[in-house]
Amino acid sequence: MSVEAREARQPWILLSPALTAVALLLFVPLLFIVVYSFWLRTATGADQVGFFLDNWREALSDAFYRDILLYTLKIGVITTVVCALMGYPAAYFIARSKGNKAILLLLLMLPFWISYIIRTMSWINILGVSGALNSTLLAIGLIDEPIQMLYNQATVVLGLVHFLLPFMVLNVYVSLEGIDASLEDAACSLGATRWNSFVEVTLPLSLPGLAAGGLLCFVLGCGTYITPLVLGGPTDAMFANLVYEAIITQLDWPLGSALSLMLLAVLGALVLIYNKYLGMAQLMKGLG
Amino acid sequence: MGWSLIRLWTILVYLFMFLPVAVVVLLSFNASQFGSFPMTGLSFRWFIELANNDAILRAFQTSLILGALTAVISTTLGVLASLALVRYTVPGSNLISTCLIAPILVPEVVLAVALLLFLNFLSINKSFFLLLMGHVIFTLPFVILVVQARLVGIRRDMEEAALSLGASPIQTFFQITLPLLAPAVFAGMLFAFTISFDDITGTLFWKPGGVETVPTQIFAMLRNSISPEINALGSVMIALTVGLPLLGAAIARRMAIKRGG
Repeated sequence: MSVEAREARQPWILLSPALTAVALLLFVPLLFIVVYSFWLRTATGADQVGFFLDNWREALSDAFYRDILLYTLKIGVITTVVCALMGYPAAYFIARSKGNKAILLLLLMLPFWISYIIRTMSWINILGVSGALNSTLLAIGLIDEPIQMLYNQATVVLGLVHFLLPFMVLNVYVSLEGIDASLEDAACSLGATRWNSFVEVTLPLSLPGLAAGGLLCFVLGCGTYITPLVLGGPTDAMFANLVYEAIITQLDWPLGSALSLMLLAVLGALVLIYNKYLGMAQLMKGLG
Repeated sequence: MGWSLIRLWTILVYLFMFLPVAVVVLLSFNASQFGSFPMTGLSFRWFIELANNDAILRAFQTSLILGALTAVISTTLGVLASLALVRYTVPGSNLISTCLIAPILVPEVVLAVALLLFLNFLSINKSFFLLLMGHVIFTLPFVILVVQARLVGIRRDMEEAALSLGASPIQTFFQITLPLLAPAVFAGMLFAFTISFDDITGTLFWKPGGVETVPTQIFAMLRNSISPEINALGSVMIALTVGLPLLGAAIARRMAIKRGG
């Protein structure tokens, strides 16, 4: 074999284990659940192979699933907006601060290393009946008995914001860091107020980072079932909870496949739209 | 005036991120019977109870083995793929990159369901093997992103020098490339280990009955009520997953200084 031919083959040899893994453990399984979603789970628990539209009819026409899908998207939007409002000023501060930038960045990375389940359950210590907040309020005499603050829609959003905020701050920070701070000074010296120069110059230039952070917050927020299980009440189930129920509790795997694919279609469409207009590069900057 | 407002806001945001976690650590030293305020004193009793709890020790063992195996497999696949993408001009490299990071573009629940049902179809039931495959595929994109970023900085001259001096490609890889790669490999393994050690979303789908990892054990314990034991377990996990990367970063820095000096 010629040297060139060997040279050309080398990268494929290096790539093949990873590509095989992704193909066998992701792409083929995804195709498989597409097929599986048209099968039927019979009352005996066996699968009936065939082409049945029953699962899809149930998933798409039952108002129960539609309402929870809409509710999930609503929670996703609220979470993303709160993350943006909380995270943007913090990212701006980190990007423009001089002395302690390194320590602020290190602290920003820390939550990524702390387990999601611990960060989620930590709110029970704060808001629980005998948590920090109730104890304080009791101690200073503002209330006579503990208030039930947990297990509702607000605490689900709170838990999601706590989980996703670092993604937002990091992405906005990365894009702000790429903007020359003297641009703002230039706008000011030309007569713009600080606020004006921010709105006209910096904010538009940082929108790609805001969009990347927003996409991550929304997609990760809409795909969770742990937060509603830990911090939500019985009526706060999100769409991924339905998938979990169908697969783990009811063992109706064909229906679970159809529900998973619905979730994938909605969130995947968003990723594709994002990719078309902004590209994946911005997202990778924040992740890598 | 505006700047001090932004500073205040930033402080509040950081407090929001860290205060609840700090309370977990604080309460794990609570001497009181119940995992709550008011604290009655400091004590290590909950850590001692942890050390005597067989279920938790088993969960730790499972998590450590799973994390270590995931780190080795995922980093091996990731380093090879990253080498190909950084070192060679591969036709369609954009598409390949997208495929390789696809596991984090798909919601983890969907990934979990697809893998569970497909392997079940192949008669591979919920098992440690399924759990391992799930963790490998889920951590692979992160490893590739981290390793690629570090690989870009490594120059090729030394390898070319070794090759021109008569070393075989394999010798060159093990004696020149791998030592240069070590920090990237190390970072990838640490990252994969931490992600695997912390994962719960996929793990709850893949784990066989009776097997628990530390996060699923915490989740199961939450079903009853929050006890000081959970807080103590949380503290140990935080110490592990935060301490390890910090230690790793320190070692990597020392290695870099040594080499540079």
